[in-house]
Amino acid sequence: MKSYLDKVLAIVGKDVASELRTREVLSSMFVFAVLVIVIFNFAFELKVDNTEAVAPGVLWVAIAFAGMLGLNRSFITEKDRGCMEGLLLCPVDRSTIYLGKMLGNLLFMTTMEVIVLPVFAAFFNLSVLSPRLLLIVVLGTIGFAAVGTLFSAVAVHTRTREVMLPILLLPVAVPVLVAAVKATEDAIARIPPPTEGPWLGVLVAFDIIFTTVAFLTFEYVFQE
Amino acid sequence: MTVVRWLVPLAMVAALFMAFVFAPTEATMGDVQRIFYFHVPSAWVAFMAFAVVFVASIQWLRTRSQRWDALAVSAAEIGVLFATVALVTGSIWAKPTWGTWWDWDPRLTSTLILWLIYVSYMMLRSVIENPSKRASLSAVVGIVGFVDVPIVFMSIRWWRTIHPVVITGNSMNLDPSMLLTLMVCLAAFTLLFVHLLGMRLALEQQREEVNLLREAILYEE
Repeated sequence: MKSYLDKVLAIVGKDVASELRTREVLSSMFVFAVLVIVIFNFAFELKVDNTEAVAPGVLWVAIAFAGMLGLNRSFITEKDRGCMEGLLLCPVDRSTIYLGKMLGNLLFMTTMEVIVLPVFAAFFNLSVLSPRLLLIVVLGTIGFAAVGTLFSAVAVHTRTREVMLPILLLPVAVPVLVAAVKATEDAIARIPPPTEGPWLGVLVAFDIIFTTVAFLTFEYVFQE
Repeated sequence: MTVVRWLVPLAMVAALFMAFVFAPTEATMGDVQRIFYFHVPSAWVAFMAFAVVFVASIQWLRTRSQRWDALAVSAAEIGVLFATVALVTGSIWAKPTWGTWWDWDPRLTSTLILWLIYVSYMMLRSVIENPSKRASLSAVVGIVGFVDVPIVFMSIRWWRTIHPVVITGNSMNLDPSMLLTLMVCLAAFTLLFVHLLGMRLALEQQREEVNLLREAILYEE
C-alpha cells in the first residue's frame, strides 16, 4: 500500500517522464516567455530610466502567459492521447490527481522561470537574482498553478478548450498578479522587508486558500 | 411571489419619486448626483446575486438537484446585468464629477474584476453542451470566483493606497433625506432582484420542461 505522497509523486513522475521525452511544453513556455519580454521591449521602447518601473510587470506578464501555455497542455495532452480515462481509473482519490498535476505544473513553471530570470536580468540590466525575488516568484507561481490546474481541467471539457483557460484564469488570478508585481517592485528597489507592502502575505494567503478550494472542488470536474 | 410581483412596480415608482423629487439637489455635484440612488442599489444587487451563485453552486455539488443549477445561472445573469449597470452609471457620474470616465479607484476596479469573473462564468456555460457537466464545471468556477472576491478587494485596495490617492469617494456625508432615498432605492432594487430571479427561474424550469417534452416526442417517433 503506497502512501498518499507516493501516489502524488507517481503522477508527477509520469508527467516529468513524458515531458523529458518530448520537451514540448518546457521549450514552448521558455521561448514564449522570452518573446513576451522582447515584444514588451518594442511596445514600451524601454529606456534606461524607466526599466525599474516597467520590469516587474513585464516579468509577470511573461510568467503568466507562458505559464498558461504550459497549464493548457496539462490536461489537453491527456485527453488527446486518450490517457484521461487511464488517469481517472487510477485507484487514487481525485484530489491526488489534482496535487500531482499541480505539482507537475509548478515544477515546469519554475523550471521555465529559472531559465527566464537570467535572460530577464540581462535584458533589463537588473541584478534581480536574489533569494527574496526567488521566494516571490515561487509564491506567485504556486498561486497561479493552484487555480490554473483546476481551471485547465475545467477548460479541457469545453468546446473551445484552450481558449477558455485564460478567460477563466486571468480575472481570478488578479490578486496574485497585483501582489507579485508589487512585491517584485519592492525587491528590485531593495526596500527593506519591514517597510514593504503586505504583498508576501497576500501571496501566501492566496496560495493557501486556492490550493484548498481547488483540492476540495477538483473531484467535481470529472463527475458526469 | 405574487406579492412581490405587485410590490415591485410600486417600489420602483416610489424609488423614482424619491430619487428625482424628494431628494434634495446636491450642493456641488448638482443633479448628476441623483444617479447615485440607482448606482449603489445596482452594485448591491450584483453582490447579492453573486452570493446566491456561490450558495447555489455549493448546493448543486452537494445535492445534484437541477433547481440549484437553474438558480445559479439565473442569479449569475442578473448579477452580470446589475454589475454592468453599476459600472455604466458609475462612469456617467464620474465624467462630470471627476472629469474622467474611468478611474482605477479600488471599488471601481474590484467591480470590474468581478464583472469579468462572472462574464467568464457565463462564457464557460455557453461552451459546454452536457447539462450536468455544465452545471458541475460552472459550479466550481462559481465557488472559486466568489472566494476570490474579498482577496481581489483587499489586494486592489492596498495596491491603490500605496499610490497617492487623488480622489476619495467616501468622504461623502449623506443628508438624512438623501439617506432615506438611498434606503428606499435599496429596498426597491432588492425587491426587483427577487422578482427577476423568480421570473428567470420560472423560465429555466419551462426550458427544462420543453426539453423533456421534445425528448419524449422524439422517443415516440
